[in-house]
Amino acid sequence: MNFQAVKSIYSFEMARFFRTLSQSLISPVLSTSLYFIVFGAAIGSRIEQIDGVSYGAFIVPGLIMLSVLTQSISNASFGIYFPKFLGSIYELHTAPVSFVEIVLGYVGAAATKSALIGLVILATATFFVDFHILHPVAMLAFLLLTCVSFSLFGFIIGVWSKNFEQLQMVPLLVITPLVFLGGSFYSISMLPPLWQTVTLFNPVVYLISGFRWAFFGAADINIGLSLAMIALFMFVCLGIIWWTFKTGYKIRT
Amino acid sequence: MSPIVSIQNLSKQYASGFQALKNVDLDIEEGEILALLGPNGAGKTTLISIICGLVNATSGAAKVGGFDVVDDFREARSLIGLVPQEIALEPFQTVNDALRFTRGLFGKRQDDALAKSILEKLSLWDKRDTKTMELSGGMKRRVLIAKALCHEPRVLFLDEPTAGVDVELRKEMWDVVRQLKADGVTIILTTHYIEEAEEIADRVGVIHNGELLLVEKKATLMQRMGKRQMRIELMQQLASIPQSLASYNLDYTADDQTLTYSYEANGERTGIAALFADLSKAGLILRDVETRQSSLEDIFVGLVEDKS
Repeated sequence: MNFQAVKSIYSFEMARFFRTLSQSLISPVLSTSLYFIVFGAAIGSRIEQIDGVSYGAFIVPGLIMLSVLTQSISNASFGIYFPKFLGSIYELHTAPVSFVEIVLGYVGAAATKSALIGLVILATATFFVDFHILHPVAMLAFLLLTCVSFSLFGFIIGVWSKNFEQLQMVPLLVITPLVFLGGSFYSISMLPPLWQTVTLFNPVVYLISGFRWAFFGAADINIGLSLAMIALFMFVCLGIIWWTFKTGYKIRT
Repeated sequence: MSPIVSIQNLSKQYASGFQALKNVDLDIEEGEILALLGPNGAGKTTLISIICGLVNATSGAAKVGGFDVVDDFREARSLIGLVPQEIALEPFQTVNDALRFTRGLFGKRQDDALAKSILEKLSLWDKRDTKTMELSGGMKRRVLIAKALCHEPRVLFLDEPTAGVDVELRKEMWDVVRQLKADGVTIILTTHYIEEAEEIADRVGVIHNGELLLVEKKATLMQRMGKRQMRIELMQQLASIPQSLASYNLDYTADDQTLTYSYEANGERTGIAALFADLSKAGLILRDVETRQSSLEDIFVGLVEDKS
């Protein structure tokens, strides 16, 4: 195991984050603030409480997840796609590193970034709504698990993308609908029975439900099941990455 | 001494069906400069890409320092530095950071003294804090070399190092290569410029259509394949070559009244003395005589023609 290489990749990726700090932080914070103003304050004041929580507070976990998922995917996919685009990826192939070091470096950095963004958004939320977190440790654990598993997913997208369009396509066409339909803004118990069933095929539902449980103690889905589903998603991603590197698919000719 | 790079029966067929390498065997000795010579698409880049880990071979094996490039990739790659053909640098990175990154990938901590000596050798020390995107093309290429050297490889691969490089930089590059050789680094470079191979290499391997046609010491190659030619300019026009000179297989060009005689440079008998005697007997008066050695280019063209 080449830890120095992991450190190199990790710190190089983090340097990119801090170089573009304004871009990295301001845009998610700004857009989340707008959500709080519109859905939390303006519309939320006319919506009754859900599970004993005000609507403004109810959407906090979902909004954090919304940003964290998008950021994890875009950070990780861009991180590995950019060297591919530049051609500088040759360095990774010719260095004494296996996919383990590469994934730890790139996914670790992407997950760190999105976790930081998640925490900043959480801090921002306290300016708009009153809430307190029932299970802070579980909240952090859910946040980190989500960051890691979706950074893995983003990494796969980055490896498989042939151009910038494809890189944008998956987050845009797949993730945004999954997040919006995953219960960010509502409890899935509000849906008609048919759609409740359909929703259970959406992995994001388990994330948001579990994350919300950590905040307020109430969940749409059993917390154990939520955790199991995230773990499953993470292992599927790891498996795909392992296979991709083993066969050289899209990586080596 | 066992070779530092050993390639056995290496073949590569791309998914498109294109056979880029055909059963290549090659041993490279430690400390030598080997030039892989061949036209575009001959398989040079594929060969070094397999050794460096960029391309998976279809069959066969390659070892560097006794380590298999697939099974013991960590040990093998630790010994290798690669300067790629295309300039590929992270644009926002400074030169210093670029070196630090590469050295880190090879599991080594930053060594400021080493980085300084490499950058100075490549006239990049002044640019150490400059972002790579602000450098000229020639400097970017030198950054690639610096990156390849910063983890102290024992084998350095230079893929078309002088493609699109001006004369000045080319000269600098050869100085660096000679310096590295003096430091004991084994150097493998690919080129389609024969002059380059002739200028810098100890041995030359000729690749064509995925086959390694031959690998020879440059001097041996020149001797073995090299023909000398003598051009004899005459005072008078000839209607035809006199019968008495038929055995010399002379070529006659009427335009400049010149006879051309080919002979083996290192043959036991060149036949030159006899030819002069016979020319004189035939009553031909000479104006001028010139001899030339065939270049690697002539040799290469000859080899490729033989094969096809």
